[in-house]
Amino acid sequence: MRLSRAFNRSLWVFHFNSGSCNGCDIEIVAAITPRYDPERFGVRLVGSPKHADVLLVTGPVTHDMRDRLRRVYDQMAEPKLVMCIGTCGQSGGVFYDSYNLDGPVGDVIPVDIYVPGCAPRPEAIIDGVVKAIAKLERLEGEQG
Amino acid sequence: MSNGTKKGYSVPIGPIHPALKEPILFTFTMNGEKVEEVDFAPGKAHRGIEWMGMRRNPVQIVHLTDRICGICGVSHTLAFSRAVEQVAEIEVPERGHYVRTIIAEYERIQSHLLWAGVAAHELGFDTLFFLAWRVREESMDVIELLTGNRVNYGIIQVGGVRRDITEDQFPRIEASLRYYEDLLGKMLELFLHDTTITMRCRNTGLMNRREALELCTVGPTARASGLNLDVRQDSPYAAYGDLDVRAVMPEQYLGEAYGDVYDRIVVRLLEVKQSVEIIRQCLDMMPPGPVQFETKIPKLLATCKKAVGEAVGRVEAPRGEALHYVRMDGHENPQTWKVKASTYSNQMSWLKMLRGEQLADVPIIVASIDPCMSCTDRVTVVRDGHSDVMTKEGLHRLSVEKTRRLMQ
Ligand code: SF4
Repeated sequence: MRLSRAFNRSLWVFHFNSGSCNGCDIEIVAAITPRYDPERFGVRLVGSPKHADVLLVTGPVTHDMRDRLRRVYDQMAEPKLVMCIGTCGQSGGVFYDSYNLDGPVGDVIPVDIYVPGCAPRPEAIIDGVVKAIAKLERLEGEQG
Repeated sequence: MSNGTKKGYSVPIGPIHPALKEPILFTFTMNGEKVEEVDFAPGKAHRGIEWMGMRRNPVQIVHLTDRICGICGVSHTLAFSRAVEQVAEIEVPERGHYVRTIIAEYERIQSHLLWAGVAAHELGFDTLFFLAWRVREESMDVIELLTGNRVNYGIIQVGGVRRDITEDQFPRIEASLRYYEDLLGKMLELFLHDTTITMRCRNTGLMNRREALELCTVGPTARASGLNLDVRQDSPYAAYGDLDVRAVMPEQYLGEAYGDVYDRIVVRLLEVKQSVEIIRQCLDMMPPGPVQFETKIPKLLATCKKAVGEAVGRVEAPRGEALHYVRMDGHENPQTWKVKASTYSNQMSWLKMLRGEQLADVPIIVASIDPCMSCTDRVTVVRDGHSDVMTKEGLHRLSVEKTRRLMQ
């Protein structure tokens, strides 16, 4: 992948746990720690959605977290992308018949990139981020 | 509010957080920098797992129990399987017990290193956080080799395990054990003889023996306060009965227990060493034979279906005792299933530990019980009717600043 001129800054991600089992969350953290080290490309986790380009959502969206997920999404500045990490955010996965789910994530906020797996490997998550970079560039290019 | 002139204010933290932890909402009543009262509202990650389980059969449930928690899934699966095995009178083959023990101990190594990293991060010591997570990858590699997965291993089945550990995997396991043995001295040095960590963690988040007992704490949190409790030692399961397992107490390292955050670090790091020893004993003693009571799933289900009765399965998870209660009434699905995870027992100790502490110490104290669900993303400080928003980074900065002040 060639970085175009539109790629004028590093990619910052915000991680949102919507009631996951923690499996995907620890794989996300594993993905940012030294074995994979995407920080050398400027990819890092940030503490506020207002700073982030990409929202990583894990978990099947429990009832309590639905509004919060919306609110966090609304706080992010354009252009923004949403990545849904893990099977349970895509279909409910193993929790498909639970009474407390308002998900999947795609029903609550628009999702751009899905990374399936329960839990996906860090490599898969990084691959998703690479796809996110490509898409963000396109969006930025369109914005001029 | 301590007196009429100073106005107290409240600080909600959570439930959304940027990394590492799960959603939970804390509300602190503050006086200046001091925490006066604490309240918390868990339940944000409630997925109704027990309800779903009561509509599934035991073979399906083991995959659900794996996903109760992605970090200590094996412990839950093991506790659940043990309960069902007792009800259905299933005899797990000897070798199955040993494989279970080895996987459970690898999970403990992985979980404690993960925690050590998180704790370092909460103190503002990110170099150590990255180091801990880098060395953790070694255990993840072995777990992947043995089970095929990095998280949610799916290896434990009612009646045994789904995969055997073969001779040709022994050298790789042995290499990882040696890796951790060599490393442990360094980790102890870095964590326990570092001035910053000592200053931040000594006498922080105190809980004495009596309080730990009264609050029914379990696992490393209880042991750090001087309670000699460990399910592996007190009522051995799997292969632990054959092995030499003693609860790790902080005084073994330092001669006395304070019951503070520092002692919780001591206990967890020493348990990594203990796990290495347990795995080594298992490798030496592993008997030959099958690893699963019944490999044909329909037959296994038929056995479970006939079962009538109730049982409790207890397991020492990395965070403390996990307990599963199962009642079967001759149907495929359990009639009742109740899970008590270790954090459930430990979380009330937060109230005791946090009262009277400074806001900057909140992250490390909350992390010190290794909660399996947690907090700090954004703090809204409401002061005299004005509100301003503080991110987790802000809180993190407070923590780092405190470290700096102490260093001067
Ligand atoms: S996809 Fe699987 S591993 Fe990831 S949060 Fe959901 S249940 Fe856990």
